[in-house]
Amino acid sequence: MNAPLLEVENLTKHFTLNGDFVSRIAGKTQTLKAVDDISFKVYEGETLGLVGESGCGKSTTGRLITRLIEPTSGDVRIRGEDLLAFDNNQMQTARRNMQLVFQDPYSSLNPRKTIMQILGRPLEVHGLAPDWHGKRERVLELLNLVGLGSEHIDRYPHEFSGGQRQRIAIARALAVNPDLVIGDEPVSALDVSVQAQILNLFRELQEKFKLTYLFIAHDLSVVRHISDRVAVMYVGKIVETGPVEEIFSRPQHPYTKALMDAVPEADPNKPPPKLTLKGEIATPINPPSGCRLCKRCPIATPNCETDPPPLKEMAPNHFVACHNI
Amino acid sequence: MQDSALDIENLSIKFHLKRGVLTAVNNVSFHVGKGETFGLVGESGSGKSVTARAIMRLIPTPPGEVASGGVNFGGRSIYDLSDAEIREIRGSEIAMVFQEPMSALNPVFTVGSQIGDVLRTNLGLSKAEARERTIELLSLVGIPSPASRIDSYVHEFSGGMRQRVMLAMALSCDPTFLIADEPTTALDVTIQATILELISSMIDRFDMSLLFITHNLGVVAHACDRIGVMYASHLVELGEKREIFANPQHPYTVGLLNSIPRMDTQSKYLTPIRGSVCNMMDPPKGCKFNPRCDHAMDICRQVTPEMKEVAPGHFAACHLHDQPTV
Repeated sequence: MNAPLLEVENLTKHFTLNGDFVSRIAGKTQTLKAVDDISFKVYEGETLGLVGESGCGKSTTGRLITRLIEPTSGDVRIRGEDLLAFDNNQMQTARRNMQLVFQDPYSSLNPRKTIMQILGRPLEVHGLAPDWHGKRERVLELLNLVGLGSEHIDRYPHEFSGGQRQRIAIARALAVNPDLVIGDEPVSALDVSVQAQILNLFRELQEKFKLTYLFIAHDLSVVRHISDRVAVMYVGKIVETGPVEEIFSRPQHPYTKALMDAVPEADPNKPPPKLTLKGEIATPINPPSGCRLCKRCPIATPNCETDPPPLKEMAPNHFVACHNI
Repeated sequence: MQDSALDIENLSIKFHLKRGVLTAVNNVSFHVGKGETFGLVGESGSGKSVTARAIMRLIPTPPGEVASGGVNFGGRSIYDLSDAEIREIRGSEIAMVFQEPMSALNPVFTVGSQIGDVLRTNLGLSKAEARERTIELLSLVGIPSPASRIDSYVHEFSGGMRQRVMLAMALSCDPTFLIADEPTTALDVTIQATILELISSMIDRFDMSLLFITHNLGVVAHACDRIGVMYASHLVELGEKREIFANPQHPYTVGLLNSIPRMDTQSKYLTPIRGSVCNMMDPPKGCKFNPRCDHAMDICRQVTPEMKEVAPGHFAACHLHDQPTV
């Protein structure tokens, strides 16, 4: 395996709810542990799929890594360099290497700017545009890379479909030649047939530019298709990580198993989706000190609520956080 | 058709917009049998939601217009009913569950008051009777502590719970027909599984027919008996679920099934349908899928294909299935 490009260690983000003075006195203050002590690595050239349901903290994780939100504690290292110690100028330089592609192609592009302006801006910011002509050349190059053309360069975002806008968002991410691209649900808002095109584009670009991806998604079949390794999150915690084949054919954690069982497959001959977990998704507000799944888990024991589950290596590189397996 | 709960015949819906006329539903025909679950599948802009709303006469006219055809529900022609008559049917005989419960439910009224409203308007129940019935319904759809949750507001529920509330509201007057428009699209996969199971058990228990609208082929593969595939305002394929999945006959259906990532095999690249959906304000002549179709022939660019029976009970609108002329 290659060296790690991204290393995340004990990353934590807590939000304080009702943190004002009066509420504190009244004992109403609560802590929302959106991301709670997670650690993972993303190796050069690979795709790590970060999967989980709403509120698990996966999107927040993406934002913490790029410091769009400041972490509460923990470490984030890019090629060994401590990102959290960087000042604003150093972060600016670092961000050339990590770009984000967001979920909603309708809100991630500035509606008042042309494509030329949208794609030209990162070039300007990072000093990559020698002059107007050079900039335009580069923007055209980027458009071609994502399957769009010169006829699109002076148009506005509203003139494009969702799939095309996502291509523009990808072009924008590539403008500065990053090493790491973080996709935060980049295909979730797209129609099924468009998803296929964009997923192929991601693959193609990864091969061409030797990109490393952190691919955040809730759709398991998308994650299955694009990832080399997978990390499963539940209510702020990582519950299982491993090679994609392993995770999908031999899921170990009760939550991962439940997730796999719940996915309806597009084949009437396959078993129908089933529920193996009772109840609703746990809240990240004032969570138990132990396992977040304890109230819903079919194999929970009394200690699960109080003791944090240890990370066990079930197979090479396949880790599971559970007391009872 | 005999013994069907719902019959849609040659239905066309147009919208008169400033920028022109948009035909959102183009000559669509299908029926839903009694006790059957029919899945109407399509991507955005295919016309499936407009079709569903047209059944309950929820399309504002203007700018909408029923340009042709009609909807027959239990022997009655929906578009020939008076306003009072359609109001009788809506909510009590045909009920609808929408996609985004946060937008479909009223944020300023309690859940109890909204469901109670439906009961009192449609069934003439008293306040007390409505409250009792509402608690029963909330319990039926699996909402814990219904007697206290009845006074909660919509925002105090999670997404899955809100959808249960919508379902409770839809079931409140014992409808015989349920329309579910993307009921689980906004929900997490584990919650989706619970809601699908709930809908399925309600259908069985109350012997209802269900029109299930979705773009999710996985959901349709398990939740439905028969399927209709829509593309750019047309119904392009229709048939029994297993038959469609095993033997898709329209190039769009084939393309769609080939393009989705699967849970089991990991091929490096997917096989997408090339190109994108046509501009509905200025669609291509003939079959609207022709610019993207690998099998397009001259006739496809001239003549819109009609639905033909390609196997018993299996229909496709494609010139590939035209009878050869002798």
